[in-house]
Amino acid sequence: MSIIVITAIASLLIAGIFLAALIWSIKDGQYDDDFAPPNRILFDDKTTKHK
Amino acid sequence: MVNETSHIKTRCYHCGDECADSKLLIDDKRFCCSGCKLVYELLNENDLCTYYNLNEHPGRQQLNQKRKDKFAYLDKEEIAAQLINFADDQQVHITFSVPQMHCSSCLWLLENLEKLQPGILVSRVHFVNKEVFVVFDKKQTTLREVVETMAAVGYEPYLSMNTAKKERKSTHSRLVPIAISGFCFANIMMLSLPEYFSFTGYLHEKIGTAFRYIGLLLALPVFFYCAREFFSNALSSIKNKYLNIDSSIALAILLTFLRSLYNLFILDGNTYFDSMSGIVFFMLIGRWAQDRTQQSLIFDRDYKSFFPLAVNVKRNNGAEPVLIGNLREKDIIEVFDQDIIPADAVLAKGKALIDYSFVTGESLPKPIEPGSLIYAGGRQIGERIELMVLKKSDQGYLTNLWNKEENTASDNRKFLHRASNYFTIIVFALTLGSALFWLSKGQYNTMWNALTTTLIIACPCALLLADTFTNGNIMRILSRSGLFLKNSAVINDMAKVNHIVLDKTGTITLNKNFEISYRGKTLTDHEKMLISSLSRHSTHPLSKAIYHYLKPDTAITVDSFNNVPGKGIEGWIDDRHVKIGNRDFVQAGSVGDPAHSSKVFVWIDGRVPGVFELKNTYRNGLKDMLSDIRKRFSLSILSGDNHAEQLRLTKMTEGQAEILFDQSPEDKYNYISHLQAKGNIVLMAGDGLNDAGALRKSDVGIAVMEGNNSFTPASDGIISAHAFTRMYSLLKFTSRARRVLIFSFTISIIYNIIGLYFALQGLLAPVIAAILMPASTISIILITFGMTEWYGRKLIRVKT
Repeated sequence: MSIIVITAIASLLIAGIFLAALIWSIKDGQYDDDFAPPNRILFDDKTTKHK
Repeated sequence: MVNETSHIKTRCYHCGDECADSKLLIDDKRFCCSGCKLVYELLNENDLCTYYNLNEHPGRQQLNQKRKDKFAYLDKEEIAAQLINFADDQQVHITFSVPQMHCSSCLWLLENLEKLQPGILVSRVHFVNKEVFVVFDKKQTTLREVVETMAAVGYEPYLSMNTAKKERKSTHSRLVPIAISGFCFANIMMLSLPEYFSFTGYLHEKIGTAFRYIGLLLALPVFFYCAREFFSNALSSIKNKYLNIDSSIALAILLTFLRSLYNLFILDGNTYFDSMSGIVFFMLIGRWAQDRTQQSLIFDRDYKSFFPLAVNVKRNNGAEPVLIGNLREKDIIEVFDQDIIPADAVLAKGKALIDYSFVTGESLPKPIEPGSLIYAGGRQIGERIELMVLKKSDQGYLTNLWNKEENTASDNRKFLHRASNYFTIIVFALTLGSALFWLSKGQYNTMWNALTTTLIIACPCALLLADTFTNGNIMRILSRSGLFLKNSAVINDMAKVNHIVLDKTGTITLNKNFEISYRGKTLTDHEKMLISSLSRHSTHPLSKAIYHYLKPDTAITVDSFNNVPGKGIEGWIDDRHVKIGNRDFVQAGSVGDPAHSSKVFVWIDGRVPGVFELKNTYRNGLKDMLSDIRKRFSLSILSGDNHAEQLRLTKMTEGQAEILFDQSPEDKYNYISHLQAKGNIVLMAGDGLNDAGALRKSDVGIAVMEGNNSFTPASDGIISAHAFTRMYSLLKFTSRARRVLIFSFTISIIYNIIGLYFALQGLLAPVIAAILMPASTISIILITFGMTEWYGRKLIRVKT
């Protein structure tokens, strides 16, 4: 039965990795601006042809 | 139908405004003014027309001509140094605030600045904060050139010392503790489950204790990191010898933690760690929801943000830009067309026509005689003038008004405070009662159990949660409808308002928009043409309004014209002598009628064919709103203008409102204090600096925001101009939403009574706490969410 304790700890550690990833992304500013990045990706790199 | 289509107005390709004529045309694209055309030409030249493909009419109207050396002061090292974030030998990093930013076109253009100005290395937009981060090469360009480039395409950055210094509080300071406490809460809960449901005792024996210690490990970051905010707030409140709400939360968290440690190490029993992290998690979410107002709005602007950053001071060796704060008395300063006067000063040279609309609420500009006083905050219209500074910028008439005491008496969260105080007293009485009861029975163990667990279950957390979630939700619904509140305490004040005071100019009327009627001899087409051609040359708002009213197809060249500030304009067109202006100007010697200064007389070759009468345009739906308001509140209208509009306003309010004219900013302030002295709770809505004192004095001060980039004075809330006429329904909504608060309070008290039932008997096992706590929280969230949405279902949403 003590195997459950090990699996619980292992699963906690894995979940901890995801928590760390979340904190990283928050500190990185990923949630600061919800308008610019989704629009930025739609822009073409080159400007349209001169008419 | 054919007729109708021919009447469809052509829209400016750049800004989407109506084009008065079709003279400004490039490749069948029409423009409303030369400013807009200039921006288009510049973008076209640099291959940046994607700007127009992303959105229709993405620009803003570029009416104000830009003065060439407006930004000359940025060349000065000491001024530039205050704005720059970082600079070394090669690169300069700077963050500009660009309030005009509103769509993906803006985003695109601002991130392609390097195509317009070589030397810009990086430009990155932070859309939510409306900021652009720019890195440029010192050797190739200067700060001034960068700012000028941005201004040339219509995105003049907003420069001020305030924005340069203030660091915005980033959102992640709130999100990280929420993430961690949520993680710990969920995991402790999961690890506690086997114990809660193992009736056989077998599981408990084998693994229970191990899980408890993991729970302890997970509770540590919650206790020491996530709950920091509550502890530090509680500590500072104790230092100030005043108990705030956070102190009761801190006490509950501390007690739960200590009791759990005692359970774990001494009694070898189960712990309350899951309940503790749950309290922290939900409280943090509640706070976050409440604080999440529009980040780009600034509620506590002071007078400095309205003034320019620097001004040219005349010295022996020419003009030199000087920071406003460093202005000294008797300095001679230069002020140009459309500039704001930074300090109280005396006119030394030039013809001054000062637009005080922002300062005093008068809608028409005033001519100033040489040698007379000009107050800070006015805007010069016309030519360059020279002024002698009388008082330092921070001692002016206007700034004094700002510095007047703020309304601190606002009974900030009083209701909640009272409720939770009563609650705490009752709980303490019950706890002591039960302890004494068990003591008298000699059951010491039960006594201790009852003593600690009562305090755990009965902390006013549920009350607080009900409060934070309801308020957060109300604020979210209000901001969806165009009213942004500074904080949640305003909701409480709004619900109690019984007197509404409205400013006239710019608040209930539309700024710079006049309703024009013409009286007199019917004008021939040719005469109309003469008048409109001449009025084109004046910067006075009335002439502009007349020009728009006549909407000429073509213009005749004006041979010569003379602008007399404060009087009118005269000129020779087609060999005819035309004058447009006030009565005195047109017919010298006749007495001017100051009360009706919104009349414009026309004079052609010695005769006066007629007069244009200009009236303010009121907002659409204003009449309905006013009659709605009168049903529940008393109403006053204050105006800095003359009483020309009295008749119309009285008619509109059916004589049931107090309407006062010629109100100085001070009068408005005093009027509000007078109302408050009589025991009224006053809501004031205004738009300009002239209302600033009154807005701060009133219990709820709401600033009206035209467009989304205007500068509003300090206030408790900002309402979008589109939503203004719906203010009544918004007020009704907030007072209804108070019911939600009371209802959710009741629910939370019911949960508390259930908890107390167990706790007083000393039977509150961790499992009961673990069920009660999330159940009460989640049901409160659902109830407040559902009820506020239901009450707010009819409110119209405003696009922001």
